[in-house]
Amino acid sequence: MTIIRANGLTFTYSGQLRPAIEEVHLSIEEGEFVLIAGPSGCGKTTLCRCLNGLIPHFYEGELKGDIFVTGLNVKDHSIRELARYVGMVFQNPENQLFALSVEKDVAFGLENLGLPRSEMMELIEWAMKAVGVYELRDKAPYELSGGQKQRVAIACVLAMKPKVLVLDEPTSSLDPFGARQVLEVVRKLNEELNMTVVLVEHRLDLAVKYATRAIVMNDGRIVLDGDPRDVLSSKEAISIGIDVPKVVKLYRALQEVGLTLSEVPIAAEEMVQLLQEVLKR
Amino acid sequence: MIEAKGVYFRYPNGVEALRDATIRIDDGELVAIMGPNGAGKTTLVKHFNGLLKPTKGEVFVDGVNTKEVSIASLARKVGYVFQNPDHQLFCESVEEEVAFALRNFGFDEAEVERRVTWVLEFFELTPYKRKSPFTLSVGERKRVTIASIIAWNPKVIILDEPTLGQDYFQKEKLRDFILRLRKRGGTVVLVTHDVEFVSELKPRIVLMADGRVMADGPAESILTDRAILKEASIFPPQIAQVFLELVNVGLPKGVINVEDAKGALLRLLRSMRS
Repeated sequence: MTIIRANGLTFTYSGQLRPAIEEVHLSIEEGEFVLIAGPSGCGKTTLCRCLNGLIPHFYEGELKGDIFVTGLNVKDHSIRELARYVGMVFQNPENQLFALSVEKDVAFGLENLGLPRSEMMELIEWAMKAVGVYELRDKAPYELSGGQKQRVAIACVLAMKPKVLVLDEPTSSLDPFGARQVLEVVRKLNEELNMTVVLVEHRLDLAVKYATRAIVMNDGRIVLDGDPRDVLSSKEAISIGIDVPKVVKLYRALQEVGLTLSEVPIAAEEMVQLLQEVLKR
Repeated sequence: MIEAKGVYFRYPNGVEALRDATIRIDDGELVAIMGPNGAGKTTLVKHFNGLLKPTKGEVFVDGVNTKEVSIASLARKVGYVFQNPDHQLFCESVEEEVAFALRNFGFDEAEVERRVTWVLEFFELTPYKRKSPFTLSVGERKRVTIASIIAWNPKVIILDEPTLGQDYFQKEKLRDFILRLRKRGGTVVLVTHDVEFVSELKPRIVLMADGRVMADGPAESILTDRAILKEASIFPPQIAQVFLELVNVGLPKGVINVEDAKGALLRLLRSMRS
């Protein structure tokens, strides 16, 4: 089932001359794990904002083309309605957390939906357990590490049981352990609940192994879209300035001197195997 | 030269962030201070420009005890770029932000203008010069803070998480810049989690955990020492992860970046063929 569909999507922020995204055509199936990469200012964040209605309902500007999420035309539905289908997690978890305890933060979004108390309690517990913060439920956000905070932010949107999870550079303020924890949680939600994931990330070395598809944006347009191995090892990805994983760089560096490995590696373990093959020969 | 001797530091809320931290950084060195969140990295470097003074122990900058001089006189020598740009920015435009310290240090207007123009150009900030720093993205704000310190050319530059929010080209540019500073004899101290960024620069690495220095040595040895890295909650760079698994087939230890990996592999293959 197609869960996200954009047709000629173009958005220009008010006061700007050039569109932030231009003629974006995109179709994402339910259960895909889509990684979006691209240099600063390429339109990644703008595209994310179109997925949950922040554009056009919160950010002012001119929207052309169409965007449908879970069959709903984003233009015709409020941010509040869309929040039940699309959960959005931002760069800095501190902008998303404000209550006195983890549990209260997770409850907040649900309280606005007006669900019965028992159902609400169940959802809160489920969401906290799913991201591994249940033991922290009585703690205040400031008592948590960055990785824990970001997982709480995910729990907040998860409690609404969205179909799509959109994460805009969720690990950029985290240390490597915190980043890995967060991405593992996202992978689990994708694999176990078949939740569709759209992940904008600079740290491709950590993120790419979870993705089923990679999209590269540049100057407001989608310029590459496909299997992560093909996308990241392409010449364009490197010339655009994508921080491709070092194993992919090594693959290309070896190719340039005439040593072609049998496959493009995207993780250290894969590169180890490929090199062992070569060295055995 | 910076010297911290047996430094303890306790924040007013009672948290003991440094416990007997000792380190010496010579002129012209490139040092990366790494370790998990809460290890005391930022607390330690804030002692280098006198922003913090030790609760116990001493810090010397060029032989002068930081307790005996003002922050202003230290700042001229040691520039510190905050981790969070919003802790540093306060002017109404990018241009003013960068000019602020220069005027404070008494540079004449022509010189202020020359330096501001140069540094904004270098960090690709010229188009934003009349904008409020607070309307920029995190990555751009971070560049403004770096530019505003670089502008007065301090002898020592401390960059706290400089790669945060920066994309590939900006990181490359930052790396180039660090290398240029070093060529001119500048001392650069990085506080960072970014092992991939560090693996290309191959600095001296100081690992911290629990308020102390737990390891200190060249990047090639520290970033390939799994046991030590684990204690500091750091993963080896991806290339090191690969090569650590391949030492038994004759590849050398201490390979941490793509360039060296390519060289080592080609040498091994050539020797196997002959």
